[in-house]
Amino acid sequence: MDFLTVLISRANYWAYIILMMIGLYAMIAKNNLVKKIVGMSIFQTAVILFYVSIGAKQGATIPILLHGHAPETGGNLAHAATGHGTAAVQAVNYINPLPHVLMLTAIVVGVATLGVALALAIKVYKEYGTLEENEINQRLRRG
Amino acid sequence: MKLIGKLTIFLCGTLLIVFANKFPDFGDPHSPAATHLSPYFIEHTMADTSVPNIVTSVLADYRGYDTMFETTVILAAGLACFFLLRLPEEEEKEIYFRHVPTGVTIRIEECGAAPEDSEVFQRIDSQWVPCDIIIRSTSRLLIPFIQIFALYVVAHGHHSPGGGFQGGVVLGAAVILFAISHNLRTTVAKIGEKSAAIMSAAGVFIYAGTGALCLVLGESFLNYGALAPILGTDRVMARSHGILIVEIGVALAVMSVMIWIYYNLSSAGKQDEGL
Repeated sequence: MDFLTVLISRANYWAYIILMMIGLYAMIAKNNLVKKIVGMSIFQTAVILFYVSIGAKQGATIPILLHGHAPETGGNLAHAATGHGTAAVQAVNYINPLPHVLMLTAIVVGVATLGVALALAIKVYKEYGTLEENEINQRLRRG
Repeated sequence: MKLIGKLTIFLCGTLLIVFANKFPDFGDPHSPAATHLSPYFIEHTMADTSVPNIVTSVLADYRGYDTMFETTVILAAGLACFFLLRLPEEEEKEIYFRHVPTGVTIRIEECGAAPEDSEVFQRIDSQWVPCDIIIRSTSRLLIPFIQIFALYVVAHGHHSPGGGFQGGVVLGAAVILFAISHNLRTTVAKIGEKSAAIMSAAGVFIYAGTGALCLVLGESFLNYGALAPILGTDRVMARSHGILIVEIGVALAVMSVMIWIYYNLSSAGKQDEGL
């Protein structure tokens, strides 16, 4: 396999690694607390992208059965249904629903944790009058 | 700190890139994630729950415990924002009213008699700017449709992409749009903080209560098949209806927690002036 094939077949992993590293760097190196929170959100998005991408299957459709039956005529799924009876549902034809379920709840919980993080940031700003980490540290050392 | 950050992401990135080569290709139907649990879900969801949207059936039935505690996490986040930020209501030194027909602003000192908050006298913030007419009428036009779409997303989650989390967020977004386009005081007058808190708790209660009802009817927790005698259907349809009840609870909890967090964050806990 040449380099390009490897690159394309794993593009989803590269995308999530890059995003995750951007988020991690923001969380470690940025001085401003709001920028750290933004980094945390980018990190969460990277994990969500990773999960959704491992649910993908070549030539499969969204995990919703057509009115509860395997497609009988038309559509790009018809070829898979022929010869298996009308009620047969083949796992190959539908992408993996499990990562979607996990990420569905993770997105909403991500919003909730973002809310709590921003609430903490507001509290820190009220107490110290700044959101810069080095200035907060200085004031903490002075007592 | 910058150096440590760069070193860390260099190390982590290299490790992840090296091991990404061992991962299955994108879209591989025989990857480990697609071969163990998920084929069961895809092939048995119609027979078990009669819900065509596999995501919904996995979310609310096969992984019901997970979703219940996710809802509880959201409620906990709303509570955390409340306890972190909410300030006790204090006597305001001076309050402002606007006489709507003439547009005159009245300042009332500490011991002055305040007029009734009515159509004529409108209570306003100390830094009041008139709402923009274009934004106000556009949002007033849009909000009913957003809410109807959200209800559709909740109710039609069995057959199309949707469900409690998505619909609840859209419902919450409609209220937040109202709060942004008008002001926080008007919004709190319509949906109070107390009702938001009660609704979010009620959403979790509906979810956990459905599970407990199954327990009372002699089956395991969140086994909606036990609801068949109450709903007057067979066990498979009872699962489908049970999922709908639970989704409504989730939507209620998510909507009101979004509103509640917005109230506390936008006004830093005072809940009067806001954005």
